[in-house]
Amino acid sequence: MASLKELRNRIASVKATQKITKAMQMVAAAKLRLAQDQAQNARPYAQRMAAVIANLAAGVSGAGAPRLLVGTGEDQNQLVVVATSDRGLAGGFNSSIVRAAREHINRLIADGKTVKLLVVGKKARDQLRRGYSDRIVAFHEAGAKPSLEAAQPVANEILALFAAGEVDAVTLFYSRFKSVVTQTPTSIRLIPAEVQAGAAQVDLKGAAYEYEPDEETILATLLPRNIVVQVLAAMLENQAGFFAAQMSAMDNATRNAGDMIAGLTLIYNRTRQAQITKELIEIISGAEAL
Amino acid sequence: MPQKLHFSLVSPERELFNGEVDQVEASGTEGDFGVFPDHAPFMTALKEGFVTVHDEGQLILFEVQGGFADVTPQGFTILAEHAREVVIAPP
Repeated sequence: MASLKELRNRIASVKATQKITKAMQMVAAAKLRLAQDQAQNARPYAQRMAAVIANLAAGVSGAGAPRLLVGTGEDQNQLVVVATSDRGLAGGFNSSIVRAAREHINRLIADGKTVKLLVVGKKARDQLRRGYSDRIVAFHEAGAKPSLEAAQPVANEILALFAAGEVDAVTLFYSRFKSVVTQTPTSIRLIPAEVQAGAAQVDLKGAAYEYEPDEETILATLLPRNIVVQVLAAMLENQAGFFAAQMSAMDNATRNAGDMIAGLTLIYNRTRQAQITKELIEIISGAEAL
Repeated sequence: MPQKLHFSLVSPERELFNGEVDQVEASGTEGDFGVFPDHAPFMTALKEGFVTVHDEGQLILFEVQGGFADVTPQGFTILAEHAREVVIAPP
Protein backbone atom coordinates (compact mmCIF):
# COMPACT_ATOMS: atom_id res chain seq x y z
CA MET A 1 0.00 0.00 0.00
CA ALA A 2 1.18 3.50 -0.81
CA SER A 3 2.49 5.56 2.05
CA LEU A 4 0.62 8.60 3.33
CA LYS A 5 3.15 10.95 1.78
CA GLU A 6 2.84 9.32 -1.64
CA LEU A 7 -0.95 9.59 -1.47
CA ARG A 8 -0.75 13.26 -0.48
CA ASN A 9 1.52 13.97 -3.43
CA ARG A 10 -0.76 12.17 -5.86
CA ILE A 11 -3.82 14.05 -4.65
CA ALA A 12 -1.99 17.36 -5.04
CA SER A 13 -0.89 16.40 -8.54
CA VAL A 14 -4.38 15.38 -9.69
CA LYS A 15 -5.77 18.60 -8.23
CA ALA A 16 -3.26 20.62 -10.24
CA THR A 17 -4.24 18.74 -13.40
CA GLN A 18 -7.90 19.37 -12.67
CA LYS A 19 -7.26 23.09 -12.40
CA ILE A 20 -5.59 23.06 -15.82
CA THR A 21 -8.38 21.09 -17.52
CA LYS A 22 -10.99 23.31 -15.89
CA ALA A 23 -9.21 26.42 -17.15
CA MET A 24 -8.91 24.94 -20.67
CA GLN A 25 -12.60 24.11 -20.65
CA MET A 26 -13.53 27.66 -19.77
CA VAL A 27 -11.18 29.15 -22.36
CA ALA A 28 -12.63 26.83 -25.02
CA ALA A 29 -16.17 27.78 -24.00
CA ALA A 30 -15.36 31.47 -24.33
CA LYS A 31 -13.70 31.03 -27.71
CA LEU A 32 -16.46 28.71 -28.90
CA ARG A 33 -19.04 31.46 -28.78
CA LEU A 34 -17.09 33.68 -31.15
CA ALA A 35 -16.13 30.83 -33.47
CA GLN A 36 -19.71 29.58 -33.59
CA ASP A 37 -21.00 33.03 -34.54
CA GLN A 38 -18.38 33.34 -37.26
CA ALA A 39 -19.16 29.92 -38.70
CA GLN A 40 -22.88 30.56 -38.73
CA ASN A 41 -22.52 34.06 -40.16
CA ALA A 42 -20.37 32.74 -42.98
CA ARG A 43 -22.91 30.12 -44.03
CA PRO A 44 -25.29 32.36 -46.04
CA TYR A 45 -22.44 33.56 -48.25
CA ALA A 46 -21.22 30.06 -49.05
CA GLN A 47 -24.78 28.89 -49.68
CA ARG A 48 -25.64 31.79 -51.98
CA MET A 49 -22.37 31.29 -53.80
CA ALA A 50 -23.24 27.64 -54.33
CA ALA A 51 -26.70 28.62 -55.57
CA VAL A 52 -25.29 31.14 -58.05
CA ILE A 53 -22.83 28.58 -59.37
CA ALA A 54 -25.53 25.94 -59.65
CA ASN A 55 -27.45 28.46 -61.70
CA LEU A 56 -24.57 29.17 -64.00
CA ALA A 57 -23.67 25.52 -64.32
CA ALA A 58 -27.14 24.80 -65.67
CA GLY A 59 -26.61 27.46 -68.35
CA VAL A 60 -23.10 26.78 -69.57
CA SER A 61 -22.93 23.03 -70.11
CA GLY A 62 -21.01 22.19 -73.25
CA ALA A 63 -17.55 22.32 -74.71
CA GLY A 64 -16.93 25.95 -73.86
CA ALA A 65 -17.62 25.53 -70.15
CA PRO A 66 -14.75 26.46 -67.82
CA ARG A 67 -12.77 23.51 -66.56
CA LEU A 68 -13.06 24.62 -62.94
CA LEU A 69 -16.79 24.12 -63.27
CA VAL A 70 -17.01 20.90 -65.24
CA GLY A 71 -13.59 19.33 -64.58
CA THR A 72 -11.11 17.99 -67.08
CA GLY A 73 -13.29 15.08 -68.04
CA GLU A 74 -10.93 12.71 -66.24
CA ASP A 75 -10.61 11.54 -62.66
CA GLN A 76 -7.24 9.83 -62.67
CA ASN A 77 -5.37 12.41 -60.59
CA GLN A 78 -7.15 13.15 -57.35
CA LEU A 79 -6.28 15.82 -54.82
CA VAL A 80 -7.61 15.36 -51.31
CA VAL A 81 -7.54 18.39 -49.05
CA VAL A 82 -7.75 17.48 -45.36
CA ALA A 83 -8.43 20.29 -42.93
CA THR A 84 -8.13 19.83 -39.17
CA SER A 85 -7.03 22.02 -36.29
CA ASP A 86 -3.47 22.73 -35.24
CA ARG A 87 -3.88 21.56 -31.71
CA GLY A 88 -5.18 18.48 -29.93
CA LEU A 89 -6.78 17.82 -26.54
CA ALA A 90 -10.16 17.85 -28.21
CA GLY A 91 -11.26 14.23 -27.94
CA GLY A 92 -11.73 12.49 -31.27
CA PHE A 93 -12.25 15.69 -33.26
CA ASN A 94 -9.17 15.57 -35.49
CA SER A 95 -9.01 11.79 -35.64
CA SER A 96 -12.54 11.50 -36.99
CA ILE A 97 -11.79 13.90 -39.86
CA VAL A 98 -8.59 12.03 -40.66
CA ARG A 99 -10.37 8.67 -40.45
CA ALA A 100 -13.02 9.80 -42.97
CA ALA A 101 -10.31 11.15 -45.26
CA ARG A 102 -8.22 8.00 -44.96
CA GLU A 103 -11.16 5.80 -45.97
CA HIS A 104 -11.68 7.97 -49.04
CA ILE A 105 -7.97 7.92 -49.92
CA ASN A 106 -7.73 4.16 -49.57
CA ARG A 107 -10.77 3.70 -51.77
CA LEU A 108 -9.21 5.92 -54.45
CA ILE A 109 -5.91 4.07 -54.24
CA ALA A 110 -7.71 0.74 -54.52
CA ASP A 111 -9.35 2.07 -57.68
CA GLY A 112 -5.90 2.73 -59.11
CA LYS A 113 -6.08 6.51 -58.93
CA THR A 114 -3.15 8.79 -58.30
CA VAL A 115 -3.80 10.51 -55.00
CA LYS A 116 -2.14 13.69 -53.80
CA LEU A 117 -2.73 15.21 -50.40
CA LEU A 118 -2.86 18.81 -49.28
CA VAL A 119 -3.11 19.11 -45.52
CA VAL A 120 -4.30 22.04 -43.48
CA GLY A 121 -3.64 21.88 -39.75
CA LYS A 122 -0.76 20.36 -37.83
CA LYS A 123 -2.86 17.44 -36.59
CA ALA A 124 -3.78 16.34 -40.09
CA ARG A 125 -0.11 16.48 -41.06
CA ASP A 126 1.00 14.49 -38.01
CA GLN A 127 -1.60 11.78 -38.53
CA LEU A 128 -1.33 11.51 -42.31
CA ARG A 129 2.47 11.51 -42.32
CA ARG A 130 2.22 7.92 -41.21
CA GLY A 131 1.51 5.94 -44.34
CA TYR A 132 0.97 8.75 -46.82
CA SER A 133 4.07 10.90 -46.36
CA ASP A 134 5.09 10.59 -50.03
CA ARG A 135 1.66 11.75 -51.18
CA ILE A 136 1.55 15.01 -49.24
CA VAL A 137 2.29 17.86 -51.64
CA ALA A 138 1.80 20.80 -49.30
CA PHE A 139 1.04 21.73 -45.74
CA HIS A 140 -0.60 24.85 -44.34
CA GLU A 141 -1.24 25.73 -40.75
CA ALA A 142 -4.84 26.19 -39.73
CA GLY A 143 -3.85 29.29 -37.79
CA ALA A 144 -5.40 30.72 -34.67
CA LYS A 145 -7.98 32.75 -36.54
CA PRO A 146 -9.54 31.59 -39.81
CA SER A 147 -9.77 34.47 -42.25
CA LEU A 148 -9.75 35.13 -45.97
CA GLU A 149 -6.03 35.81 -45.67
CA ALA A 150 -5.50 32.34 -44.22
CA ALA A 151 -7.74 30.60 -46.76
CA GLN A 152 -6.25 32.34 -49.80
CA PRO A 153 -2.87 30.52 -49.88
CA VAL A 154 -4.60 27.15 -49.59
CA ALA A 155 -6.95 28.02 -52.44
CA ASN A 156 -4.07 29.36 -54.53
CA GLU A 157 -2.20 26.10 -54.06
CA ILE A 158 -5.26 24.11 -55.17
CA LEU A 159 -5.77 26.35 -58.21
CA ALA A 160 -2.09 26.19 -59.14
CA LEU A 161 -2.08 22.39 -59.03
CA PHE A 162 -5.22 22.31 -61.14
CA ALA A 163 -3.93 24.87 -63.62
CA ALA A 164 -0.71 22.88 -64.00
CA GLY A 165 -2.80 19.87 -64.95
CA GLU A 166 -1.50 17.84 -62.01
CA VAL A 167 -4.93 17.10 -60.60
CA ASP A 168 -8.31 16.44 -62.19
CA ALA A 169 -10.56 16.48 -59.15
CA VAL A 170 -10.36 18.02 -55.71
CA THR A 171 -12.19 16.91 -52.58
CA LEU A 172 -12.12 18.77 -49.28
CA PHE A 173 -12.51 17.08 -45.88
CA TYR A 174 -13.47 19.01 -42.77
CA SER A 175 -15.79 18.77 -39.83
CA ARG A 176 -19.19 20.35 -40.04
CA PHE A 177 -20.32 22.09 -36.88
CA LYS A 178 -23.84 20.84 -36.22
CA SER A 179 -24.15 21.73 -32.56
CA VAL A 180 -21.97 21.97 -29.49
CA VAL A 181 -22.25 18.21 -29.02
CA THR A 182 -22.16 17.03 -32.66
CA GLN A 183 -19.55 17.70 -35.28
CA THR A 184 -19.69 15.52 -38.36
CA PRO A 185 -16.75 14.85 -40.66
CA THR A 186 -17.91 16.02 -44.08
CA SER A 187 -16.48 16.11 -47.57
CA ILE A 188 -17.29 18.39 -50.47
CA ARG A 189 -16.03 18.33 -54.03
CA LEU A 190 -14.32 21.58 -54.97
CA ILE A 191 -13.39 20.75 -58.57
CA PRO A 192 -15.45 20.07 -60.59
CA ALA A 193 -17.77 22.37 -58.68
CA GLU A 194 -20.38 20.40 -56.81
CA VAL A 195 -23.89 21.16 -57.97
CA GLN A 196 -26.35 19.82 -55.44
CA ALA A 197 -29.10 17.86 -57.07
CA GLY A 198 -31.80 19.40 -54.94
CA ALA A 199 -30.46 22.94 -55.14
CA ALA A 200 -33.08 25.52 -55.88
CA GLN A 201 -33.32 25.61 -59.63
CA VAL A 202 -34.17 29.12 -60.65
CA ASP A 203 -37.00 29.49 -63.07
CA LEU A 204 -35.97 32.25 -65.43
CA LYS A 205 -39.48 32.46 -66.85
CA GLY A 206 -38.18 32.20 -70.38
CA ALA A 207 -35.80 35.16 -70.13
CA ALA A 208 -32.12 34.73 -70.92
CA TYR A 209 -29.41 35.53 -68.44
CA GLU A 210 -27.50 38.68 -69.20
CA TYR A 211 -23.88 39.00 -68.16
CA GLU A 212 -21.76 42.09 -67.69
CA PRO A 213 -19.01 42.25 -68.86
CA ASP A 214 -19.56 38.70 -70.18
CA GLU A 215 -20.10 35.15 -68.99
CA GLU A 216 -16.49 34.01 -69.23
CA THR A 217 -15.05 36.97 -67.37
CA ILE A 218 -17.52 36.54 -64.55
CA LEU A 219 -17.01 32.80 -64.28
CA ALA A 220 -13.24 33.26 -64.41
CA THR A 221 -13.38 35.36 -61.24
CA LEU A 222 -16.32 33.67 -59.59
CA LEU A 223 -15.03 30.08 -59.70
CA PRO A 224 -11.62 30.68 -58.04
CA ARG A 225 -13.45 32.87 -55.55
CA ASN A 226 -15.76 29.96 -54.76
CA ILE A 227 -12.78 27.76 -53.85
CA VAL A 228 -11.49 30.37 -51.40
CA VAL A 229 -14.92 30.74 -49.85
CA GLN A 230 -15.40 27.00 -49.48
CA VAL A 231 -11.97 26.63 -47.88
CA LEU A 232 -12.71 29.53 -45.53
CA ALA A 233 -16.10 28.08 -44.63
CA ALA A 234 -14.45 24.73 -43.87
CA MET A 235 -11.85 26.42 -41.67
CA LEU A 236 -14.52 28.35 -39.77
CA GLU A 237 -16.60 25.22 -39.25
CA ASN A 238 -13.49 23.42 -38.06
CA GLN A 239 -12.63 26.18 -35.63
CA ALA A 240 -16.10 26.13 -34.06
CA GLY A 241 -16.15 22.33 -33.98
CA PHE A 242 -12.69 22.21 -32.45
CA PHE A 243 -13.59 24.44 -29.53
CA ALA A 244 -16.84 22.57 -28.96
CA ALA A 245 -14.98 19.24 -28.96
CA GLN A 246 -12.26 20.63 -26.74
CA MET A 247 -14.82 22.01 -24.32
CA SER A 248 -16.56 18.69 -23.86
CA ALA A 249 -13.27 16.76 -23.74
CA MET A 250 -11.98 19.06 -21.01
CA ASP A 251 -15.30 18.87 -19.16
CA ASN A 252 -14.92 15.09 -19.11
CA ALA A 253 -11.33 15.36 -17.97
CA THR A 254 -12.28 17.70 -15.14
CA ARG A 255 -14.99 15.32 -14.00
CA ASN A 256 -12.64 12.33 -14.16
CA ALA A 257 -10.06 14.21 -12.12
CA GLY A 258 -12.77 14.96 -9.53
CA ASP A 259 -13.65 11.25 -9.29
CA MET A 260 -9.98 10.40 -8.93
CA ILE A 261 -9.48 12.93 -6.15
CA ALA A 262 -12.49 11.54 -4.28
CA GLY A 263 -11.12 7.99 -4.59
CA LEU A 264 -7.63 8.93 -3.51
CA THR A 265 -8.90 10.98 -0.57
CA LEU A 266 -10.89 7.97 0.62
CA ILE A 267 -7.81 5.72 0.47
CA TYR A 268 -5.75 8.43 2.15
CA ASN A 269 -8.17 8.75 5.08
CA ARG A 270 -8.48 4.99 5.47
CA THR A 271 -4.70 4.59 5.56
CA ARG A 272 -4.40 7.38 8.11
CA GLN A 273 -7.07 5.80 10.33
CA ALA A 274 -5.42 2.41 10.08
CA GLN A 275 -2.10 3.90 11.09
CA ILE A 276 -3.63 5.69 14.12
CA THR A 277 -5.38 2.48 15.21
CA LYS A 278 -2.13 0.58 14.84
CA GLU A 279 -0.26 3.11 16.97
CA LEU A 280 -2.96 3.01 19.66
CA ILE A 281 -2.80 -0.79 19.82
CA GLU A 282 0.97 -0.59 20.18
CA ILE A 283 0.73 1.93 23.05
CA ILE A 284 -2.02 0.00 24.88
CA SER A 285 -0.35 -3.37 24.58
CA GLY A 286 2.90 -1.74 25.65
CA ALA A 287 1.19 -0.33 28.76
CA GLU A 288 -0.40 -3.73 29.57
CA ALA A 289 2.92 -5.46 29.38
CA LEU A 290 4.32 -3.31 32.17
CA MET B 1 -50.20 46.02 -52.84
CA PRO B 2 -47.19 46.94 -54.95
CA GLN B 3 -44.70 44.26 -55.82
CA LYS B 4 -41.55 43.97 -53.73
CA LEU B 5 -38.04 42.83 -54.55
CA HIS B 6 -36.32 40.22 -52.42
CA PHE B 7 -32.84 41.52 -51.75
CA SER B 8 -29.96 40.02 -49.80
CA LEU B 9 -26.45 41.30 -49.25
CA VAL B 10 -23.91 38.84 -47.88
CA SER B 11 -20.21 39.08 -47.24
CA PRO B 12 -17.96 36.18 -46.18
CA GLU B 13 -18.16 37.45 -42.61
CA ARG B 14 -21.92 37.78 -42.29
CA GLU B 15 -25.30 38.46 -43.85
CA LEU B 16 -25.81 42.23 -43.84
CA PHE B 17 -29.27 42.45 -45.29
CA ASN B 18 -32.07 40.08 -46.17
CA GLY B 19 -35.60 41.21 -46.85
CA GLU B 20 -38.21 42.69 -49.16
CA VAL B 21 -37.49 46.14 -50.59
CA ASP B 22 -38.72 48.50 -53.30
CA GLN B 23 -35.54 49.22 -55.22
CA VAL B 24 -31.76 48.66 -55.05
CA GLU B 25 -28.97 50.55 -56.77
CA ALA B 26 -25.43 49.23 -57.14
CA SER B 27 -22.25 49.92 -59.10
CA GLY B 28 -21.28 47.28 -61.58
CA THR B 29 -17.93 47.16 -63.35
CA GLU B 30 -19.74 48.32 -66.50
CA GLY B 31 -21.66 51.08 -64.79
CA ASP B 32 -24.23 51.78 -62.13
CA PHE B 33 -27.56 50.05 -62.32
CA GLY B 34 -30.84 49.95 -60.47
CA VAL B 35 -32.99 46.91 -59.84
CA PHE B 36 -36.75 46.97 -59.45
CA PRO B 37 -39.05 44.00 -58.88
CA ASP B 38 -39.34 41.69 -61.91
CA HIS B 39 -35.98 42.67 -63.36
CA ALA B 40 -34.65 40.47 -66.17
CA PRO B 41 -32.08 37.80 -65.11
CA PHE B 42 -28.78 39.58 -64.93
CA MET B 43 -25.35 39.02 -63.51
CA THR B 44 -22.39 41.32 -63.13
CA ALA B 45 -19.21 41.87 -61.21
CA LEU B 46 -19.19 44.80 -58.81
CA LYS B 47 -16.62 47.49 -58.35
CA GLU B 48 -15.96 49.49 -55.21
CA GLY B 49 -18.91 51.67 -54.44
CA PHE B 50 -22.16 52.07 -52.62
CA VAL B 51 -25.25 49.94 -52.63
CA THR B 52 -28.41 51.89 -51.93
CA VAL B 53 -31.54 50.13 -50.73
CA HIS B 54 -34.86 51.96 -51.08
CA ASP B 55 -37.74 50.77 -48.99
CA GLU B 56 -40.89 52.65 -48.05
CA GLY B 57 -39.13 55.95 -48.59
CA GLN B 58 -36.30 54.84 -46.30
CA LEU B 59 -32.70 54.65 -47.49
CA ILE B 60 -30.15 52.11 -46.33
CA LEU B 61 -26.62 52.56 -47.58
CA PHE B 62 -23.85 49.98 -47.78
CA GLU B 63 -20.26 50.34 -48.83
CA VAL B 64 -19.14 47.39 -50.95
CA GLN B 65 -15.67 46.47 -52.21
CA GLY B 66 -15.87 44.05 -55.10
CA GLY B 67 -18.09 41.04 -55.46
CA PHE B 68 -20.92 39.81 -57.63
CA ALA B 69 -24.52 40.76 -58.20
CA ASP B 70 -27.04 38.17 -59.27
CA VAL B 71 -30.55 39.08 -60.33
CA THR B 72 -33.07 36.28 -60.83
CA PRO B 73 -36.87 36.30 -60.86
CA GLN B 74 -36.60 35.13 -57.24
CA GLY B 75 -34.69 38.21 -56.17
CA PHE B 76 -31.45 40.06 -56.07
CA THR B 77 -28.34 38.75 -54.32
CA ILE B 78 -25.06 40.56 -53.78
CA LEU B 79 -22.04 38.49 -52.86
CA ALA B 80 -19.65 41.15 -51.61
CA GLU B 81 -16.01 40.62 -50.79
CA HIS B 82 -16.09 43.28 -48.13
CA ALA B 83 -19.17 45.18 -47.09
CA ARG B 84 -20.29 47.38 -44.27
CA GLU B 85 -23.34 49.45 -43.52
CA VAL B 86 -22.93 53.19 -43.75
CA VAL B 87 -24.79 55.05 -41.07
CA ILE B 88 -26.35 58.13 -42.55
CA ALA B 89 -26.07 61.00 -40.13
CA PRO B 90 -29.44 62.67 -39.49
CA PRO B 91 -29.64 66.08 -41.17
